[in-house]
Amino acid sequence: MMIPITGYLLVSMALFAVGAAALISRRNAVAALMGVELMLNAANLNFVAAWRYYWPQQMDAQIAVLIVIAVAAAEAAVGLAIVLNLYRRFGTVDLEQIRLMRG
Amino acid sequence: MTTFSDYSWLIVGLPVLSFVLVALAIIVAGKTQRFSRAVAPWVLIVCLIAALVISLGSLRETLGREAHSKVVAEETGGSFTHENEQPPFSAWYQKSIDWLVPEAPTAQPATSIVTPRPPIDRTLRVGVLLDPLAAVMLVVVLLVSLLVQIYSFGYMKREEHPRFYLFMSLFTASMLGLVISSSLLMLFIFWELVGLCSYLLIGFWYQKPEAARAAIKAFVVTRFGDLGLLFAVVFLWLSYGDLSFSALTIAVKGGVPSVVPLTAIALLIFFGAMGKSAQFPLHIWLPDAMEGPTSVSALIHAATMVAAGIYLVARTFFIFEMAPSALLVVALIGAFTALFAATIAMAQVDMKKVMAYSTISQLGYMMMGLGLAAPAAAFFHLTTHAFFKALLFLTAGSVIHAVHTQNIWEMGGLYKKMKVTAITCLIGGLALAGIFPLAGFFSKDKLLEGALAVALGKTADVANVISPGLGWLILIVALLTVLMTAFYTTRMWTLVFLGKPRSHEAEHAHESPPSMTFSLIVLAAVTLVSGFLVVPHLTGMIAPEHEALDPMQIYMMTGVSLLLALTGIAWGYRVYAKAPAREPLRKLGFIYAGMTNLWWVNAFFVWLAGTVVLGLASFIRWFDKAVIDGGLVDGTAWVTGRIGHTFRRVGAGPLPGQLQYYAFVIFLIAVLVILGMSAFASTHLSMGVLGR
Repeated sequence: MMIPITGYLLVSMALFAVGAAALISRRNAVAALMGVELMLNAANLNFVAAWRYYWPQQMDAQIAVLIVIAVAAAEAAVGLAIVLNLYRRFGTVDLEQIRLMRG
Repeated sequence: MTTFSDYSWLIVGLPVLSFVLVALAIIVAGKTQRFSRAVAPWVLIVCLIAALVISLGSLRETLGREAHSKVVAEETGGSFTHENEQPPFSAWYQKSIDWLVPEAPTAQPATSIVTPRPPIDRTLRVGVLLDPLAAVMLVVVLLVSLLVQIYSFGYMKREEHPRFYLFMSLFTASMLGLVISSSLLMLFIFWELVGLCSYLLIGFWYQKPEAARAAIKAFVVTRFGDLGLLFAVVFLWLSYGDLSFSALTIAVKGGVPSVVPLTAIALLIFFGAMGKSAQFPLHIWLPDAMEGPTSVSALIHAATMVAAGIYLVARTFFIFEMAPSALLVVALIGAFTALFAATIAMAQVDMKKVMAYSTISQLGYMMMGLGLAAPAAAFFHLTTHAFFKALLFLTAGSVIHAVHTQNIWEMGGLYKKMKVTAITCLIGGLALAGIFPLAGFFSKDKLLEGALAVALGKTADVANVISPGLGWLILIVALLTVLMTAFYTTRMWTLVFLGKPRSHEAEHAHESPPSMTFSLIVLAAVTLVSGFLVVPHLTGMIAPEHEALDPMQIYMMTGVSLLLALTGIAWGYRVYAKAPAREPLRKLGFIYAGMTNLWWVNAFFVWLAGTVVLGLASFIRWFDKAVIDGGLVDGTAWVTGRIGHTFRRVGAGPLPGQLQYYAFVIFLIAVLVILGMSAFASTHLSMGVLGR
């Protein structure tokens, strides 16, 4: 018996929601970045599920997933570099303390 | 055997050579150097004499050719045994070279509306065409040019810069090229060139603001007319793929359909002629053009260039013949211009302006003749007018040279001091008035004959567009113009030469130098004899266009016109011989105001340009600034800015500067957008995947 695609989509949705919540609410910049990773992986899960259920003959979705993984790795590197610089500049990684954007 | 006609291209080539030589002299020797100033007039005069010799030879040969072709036709029982029929173009000397050849034979034009036409080769040719029209015109242009140049020798002596001779060379070359052209395109090119030279020469004294303004006015107004001619050229090219006059004649007379009605093409050509030949309402530039040197006025704005419009219509008359309703327009505008300008000429105080309006009036006369299907008469008047009007302008120049004013009320009593000028001016004036036996009498008579033939319904070409009643009206207008012409000519001559000097300069005037009086005497002689010499030739050369009128009717006509001219002279003499202190015409009140204010035509154009056009322009400017720039461009930016402003408050919300709060709002909006889009998609689109 095959699990219907809805199951995968629900998991993906949950993963995305958790990631978004982390991005929005975590004070620690590193934790917010981890939220971004979760959201990206939610998207990956969607891709793979759709591939498996609808277009098993085509490679498009798998390629997309590989690209997303590569982008995620790059994003993590850049993001951590930014966090490191934030720490050097402000002496903290608490996002509530860093408010240069305030008008 | 080589003939003069084979060298007829030199008629244009020699003035071009003179242009190049004078330009070289100016470049090499410097513009104020004595050398270029001394040599320029001689170069031009020598070139003109040589060209005149060739053109006289060509005229002789052309006339011989015509006689020959007539004989041949009679012997072989050929195509034009009929008296009225014109010889075809093939009878004339014609030579052209291919200028632009299409790469491959082009397909027929894709105008599916019109019926199939013969194949078109679309080669652009330039060349010379010597028919009697062109041959006579060449001699007229060259003779007047030469005499004006000799006159300028004295008149322009004080001018520092030899560019006068440069422009005059270019003008003469262009005018001769216009006349000798074998195709309409070539004619159009030279047509624009004479316009350019006219502009340069009107603005010769460009330091004077009036001269500079007059030059621009002349250029703009004539260019407005040229637009019509250009359209006509384009339409003819689209229709027939060939612009040479011989091919066009065959095509048009053969009834090959054109892309637009022939009447429209004829009217467009006429519009071009209206600009150049100063027909109402495009006449406004010609009086102002008198700001140029008087010898320029004589050559360009009286004798030759302004006649180019008449020449153009005569040249393309085969189109007008096929479009009689265009002829009606030509006749009406011509007759109106003749009368209209004559009334203004009656009240002018500037000697050159009197003659300028007289020129407009006479050009209107010629147009009227063309419109009444009497092109030979119109062309005849063109030639005689070229001589006597050039003479009149040169005498005016001589007078102005002597008294340093152009106001005829500041002259007077010059007869005793300037006998040669006075007598030659009298001859020119009497010719203008149409007194026997001067040149103007014969040509004016031919025009009136043409009008009478139309009035009597004897001209087949226009019989169904110009009713006899209209014909009579035009004839009466023409006769009224004769009366007025005689009146204003007498007024001018009497005020200038008779009575007592009315200014200090007039008391101390002297006769002009021999180089000037020489031209006056020659032109006066031509005016005296050309009536007798040219009449038989021309009338024989170009057959009458109407059924023969009763000789009695012609004598009546001549008698009436002569009587009217004499009445005009007597009337003018009676009013002005006593040298009244004030203008007697003032008694006419409103009419006098109209005459002196040019019937408010200029004021109308000023109003049109100043109020209507500028008003419209400022409205459009306001619309652009307020609605396009202000409303649409700035408005978009403003609305976007306001939205951003509003959303900044929402976005920043309770936690300004919080990056994560911004991210939250972005998420929220993204979710809303996606929900909205999917709601739309599910109701309006059938998606392949989701619908499965």
